[in-house]
Amino acid sequence: MASALINVPRRAKRGEIVEIKTLMSHIMETGYRRTAAGEVIPRNIVTSFACRYNGVEIFRADLFPAIAANPFITFFTVATESGKFDFEWIGDEGFSETASASITVE
Amino acid sequence: MMRDHATRRQFLGLAGGAAVLGAVPAVTLRPAEATPATLAAAIRNVVGGAVVRTGKVKLDVPPLVENGNTVPMTVSVASPMTADDHVKSIHVFNEKNPQPNIGNFHLGPRSGRAQVSTRIRLADTQKIVAIAQLSDGSFWSASVDVVVTLAACTDEVL
Repeated sequence: MASALINVPRRAKRGEIVEIKTLMSHIMETGYRRTAAGEVIPRNIVTSFACRYNGVEIFRADLFPAIAANPFITFFTVATESGKFDFEWIGDEGFSETASASITVE
Repeated sequence: MMRDHATRRQFLGLAGGAAVLGAVPAVTLRPAEATPATLAAAIRNVVGGAVVRTGKVKLDVPPLVENGNTVPMTVSVASPMTADDHVKSIHVFNEKNPQPNIGNFHLGPRSGRAQVSTRIRLADTQKIVAIAQLSDGSFWSASVDVVVTLAACTDEVL
């Protein structure tokens, strides 16, 4: 069971720039490693990450094998209104995880 | 003495050559590395024919890395991040990992601040390049040379 860690301020002033930190537990297998028998271990990475703020996409990332295991991504957004952040990770082998966090804007 | 040395070298050379010949049908153990040419191609894929100027972008990576498996990286771009003047995307590339791409990050005026952090893998001592696309269509870049003492395990055998 993959799991996500999200860090978003609970409350913010309107117009304030807030930092969003996300961590998804994932092996991020590069596809370049081999077993002792010499077989390539197939690639298994998170390929895409997106964040929506009350339904509107505010941040998106395309990830490659050069992203370290347990992808940690931080970015910023302007706190415009109270509501919800929805996070989505999509990857190889049908990997798909979501998480959400709420914010109160005064 | 000199003669012995020469023959020994010849012998080793021959042995090495034979080993290489013997190894030809087998798969090469080490995956192909991204080269400056593939790096240039990956950058061209993003920028097209546009001119990439140096500046505006700040790429923070430790200059000396002990463990290439997880290297903190922050890219920030000097931009007011308004509707008229903002950073559309940030693209990060490397020179010597098996693939030239590290990540693409898509931002907009709602980002407020053009700054992204993540943790990356580095397979070797190499150059990292960050390129930002602004809303006016211009491209800006920064590059950093990083020394890696323990490389990320691209060819580690499990």
